[in-house]
This record gives sequence, C-alpha cells and structure tokens, in this order.
Amino acid sequence: MPTFVYMTRCDGCGQCVDICPSDIMHIDKTYRRALNIEPNFCWECYSCVKACPQHAIDVRGYADFAPLGHSVRVLREEEKATVSWKIKFRNGHEKNFVSPIRTTPWGSIKSPSDYAAPTADAMKSQELAHEPESLNIAALPALKPGQLKQGVV
Amino acid sequence: MFTTNPFAELSASVPPAVMQTYVVVMALLVVAGTLIEVVHKKSARYFFENWRASQNKAKQPVGAGQMVSIAVQTAVVDVMASGEFCNARRRLAHLLGMYGFVIYVITTAMMVFAYPTPTTPTPNAVATLWYIGALMVCLGGYWFWFFIRVDVAAEGNSPFRFVRADLFVVTLVLGTTFGLIWAWLETAGNTMWATIFLALYLIDTTVLFASIPWSKFAHMFFKPAAALQKRVEETNGTRSNLPVPADAAAKFGSVAKHSNHY
Repeated sequence: MPTFVYMTRCDGCGQCVDICPSDIMHIDKTYRRALNIEPNFCWECYSCVKACPQHAIDVRGYADFAPLGHSVRVLREEEKATVSWKIKFRNGHEKNFVSPIRTTPWGSIKSPSDYAAPTADAMKSQELAHEPESLNIAALPALKPGQLKQGVV
Repeated sequence: MFTTNPFAELSASVPPAVMQTYVVVMALLVVAGTLIEVVHKKSARYFFENWRASQNKAKQPVGAGQMVSIAVQTAVVDVMASGEFCNARRRLAHLLGMYGFVIYVITTAMMVFAYPTPTTPTPNAVATLWYIGALMVCLGGYWFWFFIRVDVAAEGNSPFRFVRADLFVVTLVLGTTFGLIWAWLETAGNTMWATIFLALYLIDTTVLFASIPWSKFAHMFFKPAAALQKRVEETNGTRSNLPVPADAAAKFGSVAKHSNHY
C-alpha cells in the first residue's frame, strides 16, 4: 500500500525525504512538493506518514483487499509521546487506537554525532561503539573458555 | 540612492505612460495566468468537491459566526504569519519573501502611477520602502535558494541546478536583484550598464508574471483556500479522517496507564 502526497497540504519541508528508509520520497521537479518516486519500492513502513507535520501523506490501498471507502490515518503527537490510528472500513465501521511510542521526552536522546569518536583500541574491540556503558551495564555477558563444550576450543 | 525613485529618473528616456501600461499589462497577466491555472489544473473544482464532501460528512455544523472566526484565524495565522510552516527557518524566509514582495509591488505601483517624474517628488519613505522590499525578497529568496531548499540541503543537488519548480523563486529573486542593480546604476549615472540591467529587469519581470500557468506563483491564492478548508474540517469534526488527538498520559510514556484502545 504505497504512500502518496496531497499536494495542497504539503509545504515541501522535506521531513519525509529525510526519514524514508527506501529513499523514495523526493521533491517534485515541477511543483516543489514531496512525492513517492517509486511506489513499488515502498515498504509501507508509514515513517513518512507519521513524520509529516502537515498530515499531507496518505496510503493508497490495493484495490483487491482495500476497496474504495477505506482509510488508514495516523496522528503522531510528539509532546504526548503517542501515536493514534484511525481505521475506517468500507462499511462505515471505525476503529481507533492510541499507543505510547516512547518513554522519554522528544529530543532528549543523544544523537550519534554527540558521542565522542571511538579510539583505535575501541575499534578493535568486539563490542559496539560505547558499549557497555551505553547499555547501562558494567560489562556484556560473555562465555569463558572453561564454560564451552569440549572440542569447541 | 535609497531615497531616489528610479522610475522618475527613467522618465527622462521612457514616457511614464509606457511604464504605466507595462504595469497594467503585468497585472492583467496575473489575472489571466491565475484563471488559466485554476481551469487547467482544476484546482477550484478540487477545492469545491473536497468542500462538499467535508460538508456531507460533517459531525457538527459550522455556524456563520464560527466560519467568520475561522476565516479570520486563517488570514491572521496561516496567511499573514505563514503559520502553516513547521520549520522556523523556512517560515522566516517565507515571511521575508512574502512581505518584501508585497511592499515591493505596492511601492512600485505608487512610484510609477503617483510619482512618475521628478516634477512630482517621491516621498523618501515610499522610495526607501521599495528598496527595503526588494532587499527583503533577496534576503529570504537567496537564503531559501542556497541553504533551505530540500533538494539542495537534503538531497545533495547543486544549488545551481534549475528545474521548473524553481521558476517562481528564481524569477522573483533575480527580478528584484536586477531591479536593485539597475536603480543603483541609474542613480550613479552609468547609462550603458543601467540600460543593460533595465533590459534584464524587464525581461525577468515579464517572465515572472507571464509564467504563472507554469510556475507556483498561484500558490498565494490556493494555499490560503487549502488552509481555510483544513481549519473548517477540524471544526466540523471530519479532520480529514485523522484520529482525534490523544489524551495526555498521566505519566509521560507510561505503557500501563497509556495504552488505551477503544
């Protein structure tokens, strides 16, 4: 169910361009509005739909299982840390869902670029950058040679 | 320089009637171009079909008083303060360009029609506002062009790549730039270069107003209509099918208290 953009609502801010994991949301060369340049490659992840501050992006369902009259709309509210879904069926039924999306205030998580670059020794380590302190633990659990089955080492 | 009327100085070589006719032709091009845009792109039909659909699905009627209030809010917040922009830099650049253009157009008309020759001295404030308006357009326009455009800032395209979507911004910014350079050369008495930049100024301005059916010039008309419709849809309960805003959680991000399916 690929995404499409309501041109009258879009202001070309580029939030969807930044967030699209498929890199298929681009700025139109004729109208300077966002557009999905390759609907076949759309993962239907809804990242752009949730990120759009103008609610200008919607999803077009395939006609065989999502016929005319259906709608799936989503509202992300950063200040409340919620995402709300409204599912409208073609027979008029509606279902509404509200879920929390995070437990910390928006913008409070450090960006990867805010961390210090890893040292040369850290680059040789099997641990990922800033582990284990970034996981809030003293050390990652690891097997000792004596704990392994005979013949493995 | 900032207190001289360049059109009055130009009247020594170009009759005021010619300048006034040119301004009238440009105004007519705006009207014609906008009408072609509305008919060709069917934007008016799209707007009224959406409007009717929203009225039919309305959960609560919008009274005349509410409609006036919505129209005022749209005019003040969405149009005059560019309130629909979510990005502060884009909003500021748009405000600079929008108010600069309005000031520039009004003062141009005033100088060409009310003070076309040195015999009718131009008030300093009017001439100065013309320069300020043009400079505001340049400031907002070049800021947008080189630093804010998504296809440059996010997609990594060259700032000098030109596509049809750029037609309005480029002709607007270059027009005011050529106008300022021409005014400076006219005041400085450099006749040859002044003539060259006057020609560039006129060509660019003509393209700006004649290209309305192919540029986004008409957004100044249909964007306020879309903003009005959005506010009406919020008031009549249809909300473009969007979910209603969630209740704030008792504890921020609390899963146990917050997951509220209904």
